[in-house]
Amino acid sequence: MSSNKKYWQSVEELKENSSIVETLQNKEFVEEIPTDEFLGDKDTLSGSTTTRRDFLKYVGFSTAAASLAACEGPVIRSIPYVVQPDRIVPGVANYYATTIADGFDFAGVLVKTREGRPIKIEQNILANTGANARVHASVLSLYDSQRLKRPVSNGEIVSWETFDTDVRQQLNSVSGDIVLLTQTFASPSTTRLINEFSQRYPNVRHVVYDTVSEDAALDAFESRYGQRALANYDFSKAETIVSIGADFLGDWAGGGYDAAYARGRVPQNGRMSRHIQFESNFSLTGANADKRIPVKLSQQRAVLNALNAMIGGGGTTSDLPPAIMQAVESAAAQLRRSGSSAVVVSGIPDAQAQAQVLSINEALGSQVMDSGNPRMVRQGNSSQVQQLIADMNAGSVGAIMIAGVNPAYSLPNANEFVEGLKNVELSIAFSMKADETAKLCKFIAATPHYLESWGDVQLTRRNFTLMQPTIRPLFDTRQFQDTLLRWMDSDVNYYDYIRETWQDSLGTLSWSQALHDGFFESGAPSTGSTTTGSTTAQNAATALTGATTTASTNTGNAASGNVPANNNTTTSSPLVLEEGGFELELYTSVGMGDGQQANNPWLQEFPDPVTRVSWDNYLKVSRADAEELGLTNEHASDGGLNGSYVNLSVGDRVLEKVPVYIQPGQARGTVSLALGYGKKEGVQEEMQVGVNAYTLYRDFRSHQNVRIEKVGGTHEFACVQLHRTLMGRGDIIKETTLEIFNTQDVHVWNKIPEVSLNHIETPVTSPDVDLWNGFDRSIGHHFNMSIDLNACTGCGACVIACHSENNVPVVGKREVRKFRDMHWLRIDRYFSSEDTFKEDIDKKVNMSGLGDSLSQFGELENAADNPQVVFQPMLCQHCNHAPCETVCPVTATMHGRQGQNQMVYNRCVGTRYCANNCPYKVRRFNWFRYNKNEEFDYHLNNDLGRMVLNPDVTVRSRGVMEKCSFCIQRTQKTILDAKRDGRPIQGDEFETACSAACDKGAIVFGDVNDKSSNIAALRDDERSYHVLEYVGTKPNVMYQTKVRNTSEA
Amino acid sequence: MKKVKFRHSAVRILVLSISLFLSINTLILAQEETSPTDTQEADVQETVQGPSEAGVESNVSGDAAAGKALFNSLCAACHKLDGNSIGPPLRDISSKRDVQWLQSWIKNSQALINSGDADAVAIYNEYNQVAMPPFPQLSDIDIENIIAYTSEPALVPAAAQAASGEVGDGTGSGGVSTDIVLGILAFVLLMLLVILYLVNKTLRRFATASGVELPVKGPKGKPVWKSFIENQFLVLVSAIVLLLVGGYMMYGYFMQVGVDQGYQPVQPIHFSHKIHAGDNQIDCKFCHSSARVSKTSGIPSLNVCMNCHKSIGEVADATATDEYSKEFYDAEIQKLYTAVGWDPEQQAYTGETEPVKWIRIHNLPDFAYFNHSQHVEVGGIACQTCHGPVEEMEIMYQNAPLTMGWCVNCHRETNVMAEGNEYYEKVHAELSKKYGVEELTVAQMGGNECMKCHY
Repeated sequence: MSSNKKYWQSVEELKENSSIVETLQNKEFVEEIPTDEFLGDKDTLSGSTTTRRDFLKYVGFSTAAASLAACEGPVIRSIPYVVQPDRIVPGVANYYATTIADGFDFAGVLVKTREGRPIKIEQNILANTGANARVHASVLSLYDSQRLKRPVSNGEIVSWETFDTDVRQQLNSVSGDIVLLTQTFASPSTTRLINEFSQRYPNVRHVVYDTVSEDAALDAFESRYGQRALANYDFSKAETIVSIGADFLGDWAGGGYDAAYARGRVPQNGRMSRHIQFESNFSLTGANADKRIPVKLSQQRAVLNALNAMIGGGGTTSDLPPAIMQAVESAAAQLRRSGSSAVVVSGIPDAQAQAQVLSINEALGSQVMDSGNPRMVRQGNSSQVQQLIADMNAGSVGAIMIAGVNPAYSLPNANEFVEGLKNVELSIAFSMKADETAKLCKFIAATPHYLESWGDVQLTRRNFTLMQPTIRPLFDTRQFQDTLLRWMDSDVNYYDYIRETWQDSLGTLSWSQALHDGFFESGAPSTGSTTTGSTTAQNAATALTGATTTASTNTGNAASGNVPANNNTTTSSPLVLEEGGFELELYTSVGMGDGQQANNPWLQEFPDPVTRVSWDNYLKVSRADAEELGLTNEHASDGGLNGSYVNLSVGDRVLEKVPVYIQPGQARGTVSLALGYGKKEGVQEEMQVGVNAYTLYRDFRSHQNVRIEKVGGTHEFACVQLHRTLMGRGDIIKETTLEIFNTQDVHVWNKIPEVSLNHIETPVTSPDVDLWNGFDRSIGHHFNMSIDLNACTGCGACVIACHSENNVPVVGKREVRKFRDMHWLRIDRYFSSEDTFKEDIDKKVNMSGLGDSLSQFGELENAADNPQVVFQPMLCQHCNHAPCETVCPVTATMHGRQGQNQMVYNRCVGTRYCANNCPYKVRRFNWFRYNKNEEFDYHLNNDLGRMVLNPDVTVRSRGVMEKCSFCIQRTQKTILDAKRDGRPIQGDEFETACSAACDKGAIVFGDVNDKSSNIAALRDDERSYHVLEYVGTKPNVMYQTKVRNTSEA
Repeated sequence: MKKVKFRHSAVRILVLSISLFLSINTLILAQEETSPTDTQEADVQETVQGPSEAGVESNVSGDAAAGKALFNSLCAACHKLDGNSIGPPLRDISSKRDVQWLQSWIKNSQALINSGDADAVAIYNEYNQVAMPPFPQLSDIDIENIIAYTSEPALVPAAAQAASGEVGDGTGSGGVSTDIVLGILAFVLLMLLVILYLVNKTLRRFATASGVELPVKGPKGKPVWKSFIENQFLVLVSAIVLLLVGGYMMYGYFMQVGVDQGYQPVQPIHFSHKIHAGDNQIDCKFCHSSARVSKTSGIPSLNVCMNCHKSIGEVADATATDEYSKEFYDAEIQKLYTAVGWDPEQQAYTGETEPVKWIRIHNLPDFAYFNHSQHVEVGGIACQTCHGPVEEMEIMYQNAPLTMGWCVNCHRETNVMAEGNEYYEKVHAELSKKYGVEELTVAQMGGNECMKCHY
């Protein structure tokens, strides 16, 4: 029976005589269909001579022509060399040792080249400097499409001859000082060259500018040891590490300390180092600490004072909260107990504090600190920079040459600099990009990338590395030093100049050997020290006088050179932070550093280890402060993270619309913001992300007072992991304390999960409870990987190495927000809801009844105010009983005898069933074609960027699944080399990109059937476990249980 | 004794007569063409002429044959008999220089130059001061032999002297193309048909004339096609058969799409593998050296070509064939010189190069990884296994289908060359025990796993 019920879609329909309903009834579309747009205007249409028949003829012809053309296969040309270079064999990689020294990152590296193009950076084991994510990504910056291709003179592209003549003419007639404003080169040859240059031209002044200043530490070291350098630390020797605001696993004092640190973190013979971190910002270092105490920036100095007093044996009165005071006391006790194996480091931007740290370490007799072989990689002097700006505005600077730095972007008082630059008659920028500074200069000398340059670098007083080109310059560029030589009427090139520098200083080592190794130890060569002495002294003098005149702007750093050793605060005012307001810490993020490689899509897409946000910088705020200010972080319906905006004001400077990220563990009252973002010039539009925090970097101090004001709007983050916790699930992360690890049986802290078989609890590893029949895997190679959660600091070098080895595409912010990132290897960061993961588990286990679980599960979801962190590199686990393999309808994924879970792209039809069935969520789907696609305008969309592709790995197409392959191209290469030599493969020859990139030794890869290999030993290690073992997937990737040293003194 | 069934059978006679007819034909044709000089002929002439000429030349004594061998092994790299190379031409050198001088020059040219000998210094400077390596190992007699060889007069193109009889004994038949033979056969058959028809016609006329009654065909039954249509079973079966055959052919057609077996593009330089790898027995890996260590075999760079072609500026007369003349080949060598920027007159590089854009014949899709050194060096597979008889290819073509089925099949059939390779020692012993075989195939070794080639 039919009913007369009235169905309605909208309330409008219920109204009588609703105009909307009427319109809708009359017209299908509410809005007029814009037919005019595609039919064009009538006149043209009727005036056209093309008849309908003609049109059909054209259509017919072009269709026929297209199909005919499609019948013929493409003709592929193959063009051999005319004269093939001796060392290049097509298809075989060559490796060259070189050095990155961009003023911020200094590391000896090995460069893999194929057919003469650098395609990957590997760490140089001999140089032992490690290589962070930015160094690994630097190879892509070589193929940056935004690079300057030719020298530019007054906005016009000119030849080098014209450029030289024009500049030299002006240089000879210049009145006033000639100033070289450069990055820290740390290069003996460049120092010598600049000295000679200053002899050739009158009034030459050299100002070294570090974008991120280390002045406090440099001043302190200089006044104590007489050399402008940074104390070196070997954390592998440390038993107790106390850090007060030093992000020494990040970029503190030049970075690169993490490998040695990690060595001390792996429990051996029941011992491992203990790491106590007092900090405000939740840094990578804090995330790795055994004990992390959030303190406000303004309290850091008090903590240091108290620590100093206690180590000295005296008591102290301090207004620190009792909880912090207690932590300081226990830290002091541990430092005292460890004695010479203890070390204190600090990141307080204050020369007195830094001097205090040095004296504490001396008092402890610390072997960790090495003042005899200090680091030379930071030599900037910000008071000289400030003096220069004053001089420029006063008009006493006639010519300025800016090399390797971008002051118009990175100076806190960039506008003063820009104003001053207008008074300078001759301005020359040596730059790879037309960046903010270069655009303002009259001349831009296009410089090559470090992979196209020669150089020598003094990393520490005794350790040197060499830089050699690995490719001919891609563009018509000339390096800074060569240009200087040319302007000095010298006919030697910089290569010969370096040879000359080292002529007598290499000792028994031959130049070729030094170049081959890329690293050597030596005494410093002569750099014309007689003249250096006078000029630097002169500079120091001008700097000092300048400091007094501009004392209002740079109080903290004026006292360079004569910092009192201890507690004597007569000459300089220490850093003072106002109580009450918010304090701002400016830090450098793991991915972006000082922002030089802002146009590098790998680094933009690299998620920050702690926040897991990519493509952005943001203000980190603690939860309590956020609630107070009414700031929110919400998850949109698609899972993406949304955040509020705030305006930040430091003094009279305001930074508008800074997105807010609520960071568990952030010290209350302190907010932090990453430097290096918000660059606009010489950066592709897609990568002009974030805000420029340098504008708040007043007086080159990373600690500032700040006012926060909430403004409207919602920021969309691209965050790949939310702030949820593991909810007490112990099957992903296994964690224990050193005490339990040392004293208890392995079943207590690393128990194999059990299932009930015939009412008998049976371990899941037993074949009886297995759903599948196993295969005999004892013959041939069987690859396994071990990841040590103790050694992994979460630095992310492996993520970028994997990117570059396996041609992993960049998908852009919009797609990452949808969790469509393509990282084959990601580093998961897990927080705990309680203070420790153990407490999470206890809480979960002890829940009883519905009431408990309703309330407490909710609590478990949110990370604690000071959560513990575990970093877990997660990649395809290559399960021997893989859930993905059984569900593929076309057998595009299957198991290899060597243990790999194989993925065949050309067979995949894109059902994504495998990804759904993967318990580890490591499979990545190509939602789009990411190469040669305007929508994804990153390196894969231009010829230059595609030069970085690894020719041994397929570039995947749209609609196929991809994932970690255990770098089968590398294992196959190792096997083939052995076969060709007719020798068995020994020990630890096998490597994947991630294991080779891990300077901490956290990732170990190898053949588990080879009993002599490390991996075989690690498999049988007590700490080893598999993630989600109870699922019974039998992974080939194992993890080593995280052990925390919680033992208090 | 072998039992012979049909001695002098009609078939035999027919075959014999046809072959006789054909051989006469070839003889005629062969004589019509201007036959090229054959290597054999040239050799024959030299051996005949050599000693007799040597006897005439009074100042040169020595064994020219032995001299030729020495010349080819030691001198030919830098000297030609006629024309400039790295060193001067050596034809009739004994008429230009004293034998004594030559001997001291050959044994140690530098010493002679240093001694200030005017001739020596002049020739040294004339040839860009390229020092000639000393040959102390050559005895005086050796040198005399070489001089004897260089003193032979230049060969006159021997075409005119070539005896037609020599062509007949076996070697000549290559000149006649099969088209002509077939055409003649078709003509003969046509003639036979015409004759048959005419005979038949004449006989019929005779029959009618002599009143013999010819049998008349009876009334026609049902046509075959009608009865075929009425038989539904037959229609069904043939329809099925047709569909199946059609389907099979369609499948075959689609499966060859993208398979370029036999692809033989015209290359920018007519490079004859037949001359290099076939006639001159140059090892494949001499030029394609990266096949030993790399995944690609590598198209040789032009400097590799110039290692030999610096001194080989033209082909021997004997190299030319009916299809490709000497002028043609020489022009191709000139193309190489243009590409590499070599001036044969000045014996120097001009520096103006234009790389050769070869057309790639063997194309694997990007998702298939193939490594030459694995196959050639480790597996000991001959290049010809996949590339076919390259040494016979005047123009290179793709011999194998290069399909996955073809790869996989070979992996199933080929044994791993494990012997003497320590890498395989352990795994081979264990695996062959497991499979109970003596030798393992590549597939048993895991060579057919997807990700061995697709990554």
